[in-house]
Amino acid sequence: MQILFMILAAIALSSGVLVVFQRHPMRSALYLIVNFFAVAGMYLLAHAEFIAAVQIIVYAGAIMVLFLFVIMLLNLRLPEEEAKPPHVLQKIVGITLSVFVALLLIYGFSQARLPAPGKEAAAGIGNTEAVARALFTDYLLPFEVTSVLLLVAIVGAVVLAKQKLK
Amino acid sequence: MVVPLEHYLGVSVALFALGVIGVLVRRNVLVILMCVEMMLNAVNLAFIGFADYFKAVDGQMFVFFVMTVAAAEVAVGLALVVAIFRNRATVYVDDLNLLKW
Repeated sequence: MQILFMILAAIALSSGVLVVFQRHPMRSALYLIVNFFAVAGMYLLAHAEFIAAVQIIVYAGAIMVLFLFVIMLLNLRLPEEEAKPPHVLQKIVGITLSVFVALLLIYGFSQARLPAPGKEAAAGIGNTEAVARALFTDYLLPFEVTSVLLLVAIVGAVVLAKQKLK
Repeated sequence: MVVPLEHYLGVSVALFALGVIGVLVRRNVLVILMCVEMMLNAVNLAFIGFADYFKAVDGQMFVFFVMTVAAAEVAVGLALVVAIFRNRATVYVDDLNLLKW
């Protein structure tokens, strides 16, 4: 299990690096799909089977198809960042700042005092069943608000992408 | 607890930092949106790690809602990109400086 996790982490991190440093957005999108699959594998190792399935269906399926669709729709023939010289200062400052953020996060996590780990869940209750039970009892109101949010997003996307009617 | 919590948090921090690099360094707005997705994924990974640590299902609920918000954000964000491209014929954030002081 540990070895499997390490392999998945290596895949996720290397594909993440490739997402950031590819020239063409299409290749970035394809590597991001690899990244999402590796993260879904890590969810499986954490006994979150339902979330892993949703990750593959929603992220690697729906969201990335939307990205690829828009990239093809805009038809960006030229690779990025050839017309202008690359901003060296921007790169240096960006990488320095993000390393600083990472160090800050690591410091915060190392200072945190965690309570003892939880007990094993009751036998016989699968992950999907437990998620469904929590979703439709304790988290019912957020669940319903989510549907309103999705409706608003659909309306907003349609209004923004609509051609102006002359 | 098969995989310790520290491993999950380490991978999560690394992925988040990679996303920050992408947002700060890249200039294609599509790649910036993808890096935002990667940062959301890193946070989800931390949530799942904690959910596994505490053997509670609440962390998975949060991941569920974060995914929903991410899907809504991508739909609206990409619609904005298409609208901007239609008006300005560019996807590079350097060229979109109309609101800059």
